[in-house]
Amino acid sequence: MELKKINANTWEIPKHANMRVPTIIYASEKLLAGVRGDKTLFQAKNVACLPGIQRKAYVMPDAHQGYGFPIGGVAAFDLQEGVISPGGVGYDINCGVRLLKTDFTEKDIRDKRKLLLSEIFKEVPAGVGKGGTTRLSRKVLEEVCTKGAEWAVENGYGEKDDLLKTEEYGRMREADPSHLSPRALERGVPQLGTLGAGNHFIEIQKVSEIFDPDVAKVFGIHSLDQIMVMIHCGSRGLGHQVASDYIRLMENKFGTQGLPDRELIHAPIRSDLGKRYYKSMSAAVNFAFANRQMIAHWVRSVFQRIMGSSEGMDQVYDVCHNVAKFERHTIEGRVKEVCIHRKGATRSFGPGRKEIPEIYRSVGQPVLIPGSMGTSSYILVGTSMAEELSFGSTAHGAGRVMSRHEAKRRFRGEKIKQDLEQKGIELRSTSWRGVAEEAPQAYKNVDEVVRTSHEAGLGQLVAKVIPVGVMKG
Amino acid sequence: MDMYKFFHHTADAKFQAFGQSLEETFAHAALALSSLMWDWKKIAKNIEIPVEVEGNDLEQLLVNFLEEILYLLDTRNFLLSSIDNILIKKETEGWKIQALFEGDVNTTEYEIFGDVKAVTYNEMIVKKRAPFMVQVVADV
Repeated sequence: MELKKINANTWEIPKHANMRVPTIIYASEKLLAGVRGDKTLFQAKNVACLPGIQRKAYVMPDAHQGYGFPIGGVAAFDLQEGVISPGGVGYDINCGVRLLKTDFTEKDIRDKRKLLLSEIFKEVPAGVGKGGTTRLSRKVLEEVCTKGAEWAVENGYGEKDDLLKTEEYGRMREADPSHLSPRALERGVPQLGTLGAGNHFIEIQKVSEIFDPDVAKVFGIHSLDQIMVMIHCGSRGLGHQVASDYIRLMENKFGTQGLPDRELIHAPIRSDLGKRYYKSMSAAVNFAFANRQMIAHWVRSVFQRIMGSSEGMDQVYDVCHNVAKFERHTIEGRVKEVCIHRKGATRSFGPGRKEIPEIYRSVGQPVLIPGSMGTSSYILVGTSMAEELSFGSTAHGAGRVMSRHEAKRRFRGEKIKQDLEQKGIELRSTSWRGVAEEAPQAYKNVDEVVRTSHEAGLGQLVAKVIPVGVMKG
Repeated sequence: MDMYKFFHHTADAKFQAFGQSLEETFAHAALALSSLMWDWKKIAKNIEIPVEVEGNDLEQLLVNFLEEILYLLDTRNFLLSSIDNILIKKETEGWKIQALFEGDVNTTEYEIFGDVKAVTYNEMIVKKRAPFMVQVVADV
């Protein structure tokens, strides 16, 4: 596909054929070469054809081929003319990242990190088909889906301060679980408070580099070797079922004719089905917030037990990277409310936005970007520029370059564990073959992704963390 | 003839399944999907679950049929080993599939090595005449 170079990290697919707006790709030359190798650009072009799309369609630096929208796709839609699409959010609704700080240093935990990791492994249920320790009644589950992380805090998991430092304050208020199918609820019942599998993980990390000490300090990151804990998971089977249900309902209602890809099925935002999807998706978002809230609580309780204290283990932030929501943005010089889709993209709001917690409002929101298993992760800060460039969005992770099948063929889980151990990284997992699928070599270089985000102005580097212990789901 | 074959796909899992009939092809697709999560050859046949699913067209029928495996895993901890008595019927509106799932409850003796989030329509192909073939991309 022909691309117009705008600058070193910005490329454009000019408006042509059925496109209603141009598409902008944020990528270094190196990342772009990867993106050209699969269907990312075609999928991004398809997004630009959807009714009511505003300004431009955007592709983040870690993008790769998805279904419907590419992973790393961002698009905003007019509330009257526009559409909402389950394929623009993804199956794992509110897959996201939570980061806790600690006041421990690597030295403090050096002798205990194996124990910490194995205790977290015992405490947090993980793996495919593994139910949680908290078996809920359907009524309670509906409450979870209504109140999100608030429900968890009210029930003794974590603190009110955590809610202040969670995107949407841990609760999408539009959520209405009465629109969830019995199947979605049935899948949610055994899975609250579980990590899941695939690329989901809990990592004990240490700060290895601080790029912006002033902002880092505001985020609670004060020194090198400071220990952090990162949690990456989502809404599990409940969220997957919501996506599948509404793709089917929208197909049944609107048909699939004329769609370049069936996963691009959508409903007008103001239609009954569009509204029902939004309310159901919000319920799944809340389920995921509650999920991460519970897991964070268990992690703290392990630190309390093993280290004698969990004091100072404040939440830095919790971000969603698969979500649709209503936000106000400046479009053609006018502030208007739009329905923004972020699929494999993280919100990256700069200073002043009312959506971000007061304590961060002078600097911008923390943006949490996990790397692949055993490599580095990054903390960035949102920028005002990003609002102009990408509706306040940036990358969400490393992004795969190799299929799981290929990774499983090429790598062995036991060998990966040995390699990580040599680098001083402990690893626990429910499955060796699962570890092989997540081999670091199967991912893009996250350093390149965040550097591009930084240089393009989508999100600025604050700190780098590297793992000392990894629990893979 | 292979029952199924996997292809390169950056982020997800893409496979084709083959068979002597549409029914057999759907059954092989179910095994291919299971093979992303567990070794279906190693699962005992201790439980039988009758499954009946509908779809507006064959693509939707296939998605709904394969989603049944994910649903039974999440809600009943069920691991598929094989499929029996499979029948696909054209209805006045759309299609229906009936089948008997055989397998076992997930216990620690089985290794579950992968997760499938959903079955997608991405790049889906259903060849409903001989040589039968379906192509599926699963979100993993």
